[in-house]
Amino acid sequence: MAPVLEIKSLVKHFLFVTDGVILRKYKMLKAVDGVSFSVDKGACFGIAGESGSGKTTISRLILLLEKITSGKILYEGKDISKLARKDILWYRMRVQTIFQDAASSLNPRMRVRDIVSEPLEVQLGKTLTKKEIMERTEEMIRLVGLPTDKLANYPHELSGGQKQRVAIAKAVILHPALVILDEPVSALDVSIRAQILNLLSDIQAQQDLTYLIIAHDLAMLQHVTTDIGVMYLGKIVETGKTENVFNEPLHPYTKALFAAVPWPVPGRVKKAPSLKGEIGNPLDPPSGCRFHQRCEYAKRICREAEPLLVETRPGHSVACHKINEPLWRAS
Amino acid sequence: MSQTVKTEQDQPIGKTFSFMFVFKRYPIIPALCLLPVIICGIFGPLFYPHDPTMMNLGSALKPPAFLPGGEFSYFLGTDHMGRDLLSRLIEGARISLLISVFGVLLSGLIGCSLGMLAGYMGGKADEVIMRVVDAQMSIPAILLTILLAAALGVGVTTIIVAISVVFWTGYARVIRGETVSLKQREFVVLAKVTGCSKARILIRHIFPNLISTITVLATLQLGRAILIEASITFLGVGLQPPDTAWGLMISEGRMYMATAWWIPTFAGLAIMATVLGSNLMGDWLRDKFDPKLRQL
Repeated sequence: MAPVLEIKSLVKHFLFVTDGVILRKYKMLKAVDGVSFSVDKGACFGIAGESGSGKTTISRLILLLEKITSGKILYEGKDISKLARKDILWYRMRVQTIFQDAASSLNPRMRVRDIVSEPLEVQLGKTLTKKEIMERTEEMIRLVGLPTDKLANYPHELSGGQKQRVAIAKAVILHPALVILDEPVSALDVSIRAQILNLLSDIQAQQDLTYLIIAHDLAMLQHVTTDIGVMYLGKIVETGKTENVFNEPLHPYTKALFAAVPWPVPGRVKKAPSLKGEIGNPLDPPSGCRFHQRCEYAKRICREAEPLLVETRPGHSVACHKINEPLWRAS
Repeated sequence: MSQTVKTEQDQPIGKTFSFMFVFKRYPIIPALCLLPVIICGIFGPLFYPHDPTMMNLGSALKPPAFLPGGEFSYFLGTDHMGRDLLSRLIEGARISLLISVFGVLLSGLIGCSLGMLAGYMGGKADEVIMRVVDAQMSIPAILLTILLAAALGVGVTTIIVAISVVFWTGYARVIRGETVSLKQREFVVLAKVTGCSKARILIRHIFPNLISTITVLATLQLGRAILIEASITFLGVGLQPPDTAWGLMISEGRMYMATAWWIPTFAGLAIMATVLGSNLMGDWLRDKFDPKLRQL
């Protein structure tokens, strides 16, 4: 199937002033450093990784909230950094997002009705009548499982789960093609998470949506995603079909991450050791493989050369010398 | 038989009367200070005891009614021209209210728009606007007003313009800061992602969240505006004698301080009460709007 979103060696560097008043010293923060992946239509692509690995920066780049340093983001084959003004408005209709904190995603001074209907007003206000907008808003609020009398409420009168439902209604009211979910449930009570995730997958099936989920909750990602990419310090270290990656994680970092998840399996013995140390400093990333300082298999080559993302088997790629070296020798 | 046990929680809150509770809940003192001024300002002409500008040299320098020699019909006494002080005080409230309200509105309009623009646009616009604010804030307010009043000629409009020019910087600073922090909030980012124009984001998303701040600022500025108006009128570059203003009453009564203390004193008290009331009202509003300080 044709990919909705293609990301090609995407790089985002932030310039930071580290020292000096007149003669300033800058340092480059490599938040995203050469990331490539593609999201197929109807898929649910998950991006996992620790905080500071660059997950959210990728979402901000896709949403045109930051300028790309280099690389390309293609939406349905079009380079989004080269869109004309009119096309940007169109793109903003096709790509929507839901943030982690529903409470601050909703304008405290607007009623639910105005919050949910705003995208319609902005994008289709000229073609739709007031009545049609209201009808579609009511339909949408019912779709996310809220009674229509909540439309007259202000956000602070709703519970956390209800707020996230309103945020979802606002995001999907334009029938977008791609929705970016940045930690959609991690701010919610555990009891409400499943409800919201089910609602999201119902809406996906109904409206033929593509999701890009950014999260650190691996159990959740395994449950809802079709493909997954694991990020470490601005790079994707392992990517592939969710079942492949979860059944047989190859990269030592992925293994360690999965080992840290408390799966409720009786008699399960922890196989991989948990991670040592902190995530490296993105202002001064380690040489070679960025994970080598925390990796128990690290050899000289890991310190010197950066491993490339290589497809080790269909639908499963990994960037690790230990895994890829034998493959190269064989070929 | 059921017996009701009285606990502390059973008592309805409204019945337990507490002065602190009432004072925190309702702006009683600020209202007591401000309401008379507002009523006099709007309905003054309906209940003047005398015409505030009518001179009657025969009854000049009469003391207030409660002093020996005072007459009840001139309740607060008369000035050196025999004009009734109470009527002049009521008429003065009109001018003070007019100037301060319009001055605060106009400065608020300029300051808030420029502040929002600087905060939201950032970059060059921000640099330029904020440097102008910094430069202007380094000039003493009273000096700037005097210069403007002298340059533009005397009159009510001049004072309103002068007050706006002096006060917009205060708004611009605070509003810029608030806008910068609102700009980072998720709902503003989401509005951008949805495709809202900059104008729509500023009007629909940022401005409604600034209203409480603007209200507090405006209330506090109201008192300062009255002070500035009175000060420049006192110094002789504000309103001129046929008009009636509190600052003018003080400057005219200054010469008679030793013999007829009541002429400047009551005008001074009126200014003090109004400024105090507006400051207290501003504080009360701030406590009410700011959730971090809200207790009740």
